[in-house]
Formats: sequence, C-alpha cells, structure tokens
Amino acid sequence: MTPSLEVHGLAYAYPDGHQALFGVDLTVQRGERVALLGPNGAGKTTFILHLNGILHGGAGTINVAGLDVRPADREVLREIRRRVGIVFQDPDDQLFMPTVRDDVAFGPANLGLRGAELESRVSEALEAVGMAHVADRPPHHLSFGQRRRVAVATVLAMRPEILVLDEPTSNLDPASRRELAGILRSLAVTLLLVTHDLPYALELCERSVVLSDGAIVADGPTHDLLTDDEMLRRNRLELPYGFDPHVRPSG
Amino acid sequence: MSSAHSHLLYRHGDSLLHRLPAHAKVLALVGFMLVVVATPRERFLAFAGYAALLAVVAVVAAVPVRFIVTRMVVEVPFVVFALLLPVISGGPRVDVLGLSLSEDGLLAGWNILAKGTLGVVAAILLAATTDARALLIGLQRLRLPARLVEIAAFMVRYADVVISDMQRMRIARESRGFQGRHLGHLRVVAQSAGALFIRSYERGERVHLAMLSRGYTGAMPLVDDAPVAPAAWATVATLPVGAAVLAVASGWLA
Repeated sequence: MTPSLEVHGLAYAYPDGHQALFGVDLTVQRGERVALLGPNGAGKTTFILHLNGILHGGAGTINVAGLDVRPADREVLREIRRRVGIVFQDPDDQLFMPTVRDDVAFGPANLGLRGAELESRVSEALEAVGMAHVADRPPHHLSFGQRRRVAVATVLAMRPEILVLDEPTSNLDPASRRELAGILRSLAVTLLLVTHDLPYALELCERSVVLSDGAIVADGPTHDLLTDDEMLRRNRLELPYGFDPHVRPSG
Repeated sequence: MSSAHSHLLYRHGDSLLHRLPAHAKVLALVGFMLVVVATPRERFLAFAGYAALLAVVAVVAAVPVRFIVTRMVVEVPFVVFALLLPVISGGPRVDVLGLSLSEDGLLAGWNILAKGTLGVVAAILLAATTDARALLIGLQRLRLPARLVEIAAFMVRYADVVISDMQRMRIARESRGFQGRHLGHLRVVAQSAGALFIRSYERGERVHLAMLSRGYTGAMPLVDDAPVAPAAWATVATLPVGAAVLAVASGWLA
C-alpha cells in the first residue's frame, strides 16, 4: 500500500540564510498515528509548511499518498492541500469566517462543493468533533477548547489523507486536552502529531520521531524513545515533573 | 471574552424584515436615500412622510424607539454643525426667541438635520434586522469588489481579537505601574499601538497561511446564492417606491 506521506532529503534555508532543515526523511504509513517531537526551534513548523507546499524551493521530495508535491502546478497543489489537513496552533488564525458553519465550509467550497453536498460535509465534520451544536455561532464566542475542536473540523471537512496537528495541546485545560485526545483517537485518518508534549504523544501515538536542529535524530516506538533519558536530554526534550513513562495508567 | 459590541447594532428577531434577503434590503435603503437626498429642502410634508415610512418599518421589524435613539448618537457631530449654521450663515435674518438667525442658515441646517437623521435611522433599521454575516453575503451578491467584502469580513471577525489583544497589553502595562497621566506618556501608548499593529500584521500573515492550506486561491467561495422570491422584491420595493410617491405628491402640493 502507498504510504500516506513520504519525505526524502528535505532541506530548506530561509531567504535570510538561516538553514532550518538539513535533509529530513520520514515515511508515515496509511492509518498510522505518528508523533513528531522536537524542542522549540527544531524546525517543526518549517517542516509542516512544506507538507502542503506553502514553503518550497529547497532540496528533497515530498509525496502524499502517491502524489508528488509540485508547488508550481496549481491543480496538483489544490489536491495536495486537500490531502494534507493542517491544524494550526492558534485557532484564531484558522477560524476567520463570521460563523463556524461558514468556516468549516470554506475548505470544501474551495474544492468546488456546493449545496446539499457541502452541507453534509460540514455537518459530518462538526459531528466528528462533537461541535454540531455551535454551527451558527461566531468563532470568537466559543471557548478556546471548542475553537480548537472546530479548527480540527475545518480540516476534516476536506476529507484529508493525513491530518497534521501543530501543538494541539497548547493552551488547553486538562479536560479539553482529554476530550481532544478522544476525538483524535476516534478519527479514521493518518495522523501526524507535532508537539513537545511528550505524555500526549505517548497517549496517542505508537510511533514517534524526534526532529532536532533540522534533522530526524530518532525514530521508534514512543515508549522506547521516552525511556531513553540520554537521547531526550541531548535533544532538549523533557518529561513533565513526576511523569514516569514506565507506568501505564490502567484501562 | 469581549463580544458585546458585535451585537451592538443587530437585534435578534424573526420579523418580516429579518427574513428578507440582505442585498434586497441594501438596495431598498440606497433607493430610499436617493429619493430623500433628491427632495428639495422646503418640502417639509415629504420629510414628515419619509419619517412616517421609517416608523412603519420600525414597527414591522419590532425595533423599539429606545433602541434606535440610543444608536443615533453617531449623528451628534452633524447635529452640532447643523445647529451652528443658522448662527454663522449670512443673508436675511429672522428673530427666533430673541436670537437673530440667518434664514438661509436655518434652511441649510434643517436640510442636513432632516436628511442626515433619516439616513441614520434607515441605516440603523437595516443593521438591526440584518446580522453582519448576512450583510456581507448581501454585499457579495451585489457584486461589491471581492477584496472590499473580504476586508469587511475580516474586520467583523478580528475586531474582537484585536481589541482583546489591546486590552491585555493595557493591563500588562498598568500591572507594571504605568499610568497614562500626561502627554509625555503618549510615547508609551504610541509604542503599544505600534506593537499591536505588528502583532495584527503577523496574525494576518498566519491567517493567510491557514487559508492557503485549505485551498484558497484568491476568491472567497460564494456559499449562499439562493434566488430571491419576487414577493420579497415587491416587499422591499415598498420603501423606496413609497418615498418616491411622497416626493412627487409633495411637489404637487407645493
């Protein structure tokens, strides 16, 4: 089966000369949930913005479910942006339409959907995150946790091949965090969770990769990586105080 | 969350006026105002008729007088100017309550006051019965340039976000002992404004990235374009047509 995501030798330097990525290789199989771990400034966001062709121009190739990312080709780019659903860190950046319904409709409407088909996409996506009851409200009237869930719905409505979440737990209270984990686990989609929240990675993802200084430095079962103290320390990753990855909560 | 001001003008309801399509209402408003502005200022009866028409609209829309009056405050600068005109204008003068006033100035002031007030009340009625989203869709359907509609839409969406950014910055400033007491403190406030501008600008860039990621190619998709029933057109037409009839009738009487 074709993997959902295949990245080979991805390197990128910003126009100001700062090199952010030094040859990243990553393969994510269909249906897999992978955590991309890394400290602040490791190049995580730069990497994400390559996946759907927003940033380009460096070396390397990206292939999404059999389709190469070729930023110059408008048709390919549109399909790539459907296949790669990115949920950005600040939901206020992602939700810009006057109502939740309009916002969730924005992506599929850009794909050319109209009428009943568009409506069913919107309600399907909102139901998947348990937010159907806020469809007619303006995004700024929702709580932060609700906005994060709606942001996930805006991307789900495009039926992506792979869902990419940039720091999904930032600013969430523990209850919203747990609810989001439940939603993410319930989705039948390939997931790339980009975070430095290590317990969340352990909770949701079997496999993790560590991005540090623009390169993948570790790849393996999340549990193994989180118990490798030496590797974590080398890459400025830290478990929260009192958290022991050896102890699995029952159930 | 600060969200009060987004409901400042809209009044939730389900009247006939609320249900009419926004672009039809905008056209009716523009038509009405064209008639009002074109009416010669001496036709006092016509203006009374226009006011009566708006009163009927307000009753149909179930918008209380108080709601309208409190929102008419925006007109105050024009009212002040209109009240000054009789005092500062030249020409033949009349005595009113011991004040010597210019005849021409009185008429000019009346002209501004009457037409301005009718315009403000009509606009308040439109805003009270049309929420921001419907208004934006209406403008889009009226083929207002897409860029302008988008700018208005982003303003509606992000005004709250920027205002709460601003409030947080003020609180952070004051928490560190700052008190804006005299003009010298303006520098600090100006710097905050600059920081707010850069923050908003950067947010704009991030929003744009998020839009591109969801397939934005330079045009907002028009989601709602249901055709307008002829009956709805006939309903909205009553306002401008009624005003036109009044204008012509007042011409015969004069």
